[in-house]
Amino acid sequence: MASWNEAPRLSGLGQTPGGAQEKPIELPAVAAAAAAGAAAAQVDDALTRMASVALSEAEKVYIVHGVQEDLRVDGRGCEDYRCVEVETDVVSNTSGSARVKLGHTDILVGVKAEMGTPKLEKPNEGYLEFFVDCSANATPEFEGRGGDDLGTEIANTLYRIFNNKSSVDLKTLCISPREHCWVLYVDVLLLECGGNLFDAISIAVKAALFNTSIPRVRVLEDEEGSKDIELSDDPYDCIRLSVENVPCIVTLCKIGYRHVVDATLQEEACSLASLLVSVTSKGVVTCMRKVGKGSLDPESIFEMMETGKRVGKVLHASLQSVLHKEESLGPKRQKVGFLG
Amino acid sequence: MAGLELLSDQGYRVDGRRAGELRKIQARMGVFSQADGSAYIEQGNTKALAVVYGPHEIRGSRARALPDRALVNCQYSSATFSTGERKRRPHGDRKSCEMGLQLRQTFEAAILTQLHPRSQIDIYVQVLQADGGTYAACVNAATLAVLDAGIPMRDFVCACSAGFVDGTALADLSHVEEAAGGPQLALALLPASGQIALLEMDARLHEDHLERVLEAAAQAARDVHTLLDRVVRQHVREASILLGD
Repeated sequence: MASWNEAPRLSGLGQTPGGAQEKPIELPAVAAAAAAGAAAAQVDDALTRMASVALSEAEKVYIVHGVQEDLRVDGRGCEDYRCVEVETDVVSNTSGSARVKLGHTDILVGVKAEMGTPKLEKPNEGYLEFFVDCSANATPEFEGRGGDDLGTEIANTLYRIFNNKSSVDLKTLCISPREHCWVLYVDVLLLECGGNLFDAISIAVKAALFNTSIPRVRVLEDEEGSKDIELSDDPYDCIRLSVENVPCIVTLCKIGYRHVVDATLQEEACSLASLLVSVTSKGVVTCMRKVGKGSLDPESIFEMMETGKRVGKVLHASLQSVLHKEESLGPKRQKVGFLG
Repeated sequence: MAGLELLSDQGYRVDGRRAGELRKIQARMGVFSQADGSAYIEQGNTKALAVVYGPHEIRGSRARALPDRALVNCQYSSATFSTGERKRRPHGDRKSCEMGLQLRQTFEAAILTQLHPRSQIDIYVQVLQADGGTYAACVNAATLAVLDAGIPMRDFVCACSAGFVDGTALADLSHVEEAAGGPQLALALLPASGQIALLEMDARLHEDHLERVLEAAAQAARDVHTLLDRVVRQHVREASILLGD
């Protein structure tokens, strides 16, 4: 299993001598959070319902104060990710699959390629369909239809970030214009929820698309004009998708006056608003969305976007190198999956 | 597939196993740290995850609480990419609901529910890849998960499927063998006492053959018990090493 992480930066520690004599920092954001909490109960936001960690006021103050000093509870800096484990080809009867473990967040993505008819407005292209299943494994509240709201929200976000010409080259998915094309069903299975779902899901989707291999087909035309689709005999003769421009989501949570990347469940409970930025490996932003019940001022949004682009580029570089390293191990590599 | 021989003249099945041979089983307990108990099992190409929450207070209406024992709640869900053809809905369809009820029946027989009155035990099973024997894999994974959660049980619950082809009883059917349409038996057994927690059979089978098929399934379940026992002991050994005992 390939894993990568960035070493946590403990920059806040050496800078405040005599810290014991300092007065506690008065943060208006914390008082506002308590007042907004009552009004927030009526706001129906699937994400806040999911972050169902009960934190006391003292814990919240502890987290918020730490973040102002660029020191988070587990010792990371504001722009550091937790240790990420990525493994591809976990489920063998799919066209491509990947499993991502980001702290306590566990995501499994399976991609199945099926033949379908192209959409009317885009006859020369195939398309992607996303489906997110929030399984009851993550929390008992997702039993039955409980996880549908969150699943739909995540699926809609995935549709939006892929809704541009450059993310995936859909023309390679076309078999014959207006008649046949490949439809990639990307199914996301949320197994454990430990904060920062969108990032983990987008990393897993990118890894699964990288691992996807679509069999090569040829269209044979008969004398009568009826078309026959022939699958190649060689099981290794397949098309691989180029994931150079597939974006990844970076979630930036505003806590107090600063923002953090890769928030845990506890940190998400302290933040009022977050910004989801979808960034490609070149630093191009494909989609941006504000979530959460609080409000953000425009300067914060621009700062968070810049941070998102910076962090996103590093994330893409690491992910690409890990995926290529895993693939270079070849078919003989030992698959670990959930057994490791 | 026309002309596919499920059992060759030399006694080999489609994947090279003998009639009473099980597929390779690998399992692990404690896969997720946030759940009370979790386990993962691979039986050949069938992969199942089970997660247990509880015993905890009854969620939803208090009226459902039983005054003398715990409520066991099961959900069976199979991922949309688990089968050869993509499934539209992971859970909520008839088959998943039926499987959930069967799992509930199985575990109510095994868990000592009298020890936790007015509470609820949730068992959630997720099938990641289905290659035959999904009910058996789910029961085996759920047993390990319940043990991982520390919920007291009468005994392990070990399950296996069995079929009947050409006068021979086959144990642990794969998807190809199930799809061929012969009789299939699913059995969940409490190995120490030999009691049967769940027995289900599909298709027609002459009653003269029933005993042989039942015995094949029971023997296979006892073999599964040996493997699961080894997994649990290994897990406890690792945990005690970490604790420094």
